[in-house]
Amino acid sequence: MTLREIRDLLQCEVLTCENDMHIDVTQVVASDGMSEILAFARSKELMITGLTNIQSIRTADIAAVSAVVYCRGKRPDRKVVEFARQKRIPVLVTEMGMFDICGILYNKGLKGVS
Amino acid sequence: MSVELLRESFDIQGRNFDKAGEVSSEIKVILRDLFIDAANTRRTVIVAYEGEMNVVMYAQRGTLTLILTDKDISLEIADEGPGIPDIALALQEGYSTASDEMREMGFGFGMGLPNMKKNADEFRIESQVGKGTTVFARIRLNADG
Repeated sequence: MTLREIRDLLQCEVLTCENDMHIDVTQVVASDGMSEILAFARSKELMITGLTNIQSIRTADIAAVSAVVYCRGKRPDRKVVEFARQKRIPVLVTEMGMFDICGILYNKGLKGVS
Repeated sequence: MSVELLRESFDIQGRNFDKAGEVSSEIKVILRDLFIDAANTRRTVIVAYEGEMNVVMYAQRGTLTLILTDKDISLEIADEGPGIPDIALALQEGYSTASDEMREMGFGFGMGLPNMKKNADEFRIESQVGKGTTVFARIRLNADG
């Protein structure tokens, strides 16, 4: 599923890398715990988190995920957005909660990493 | 015998959450520029990042040394922190001594040291309570074949 489809499904606002919405993802890693993301991501996943600090983008970069979706309407501050842009990581924000996001994406065929 | 190709040490500042992870990001760039393959770079950088976060969270200061040879990548992370009284317990997934502040940063869920061990081919912790901890990890470049 492309980031464009995910953006539309989750009614996201795109904060960085607007031109990368063609990127395709098949797996998802979702957690507010950064070590959990690092433990399960195998690279190229979609990362869903409610943690909006600088460590979330640092973790996304280290784990080499494809994009980050911030849930529950949480917005990263300008410094974090700028850092994501620098690292060329697409950042999307949605008002939806993590449970709903995961349910919607799972229904559409995306899988978790286990 | 392995041939040492690169050795570089980086200072890590304890309690500085804004800068936490910068050393690991720098290591990622160094390894990428040296054409180390993505899988081994990823494993190395995860070990470095978890180690760096531990220093930032628990110690006043620390040093991360990256050593690259023709056969492997080694990381030595030494800190001046409180030390680990029970290393076996600290290595259990889910065991954590983290504060609320650390958890708010997204860390301290008891997965850091296990993550480091999982991504390394060799892993060793030496610690003295009240003095500090040194973590040594080696990633073999031919581990996959």
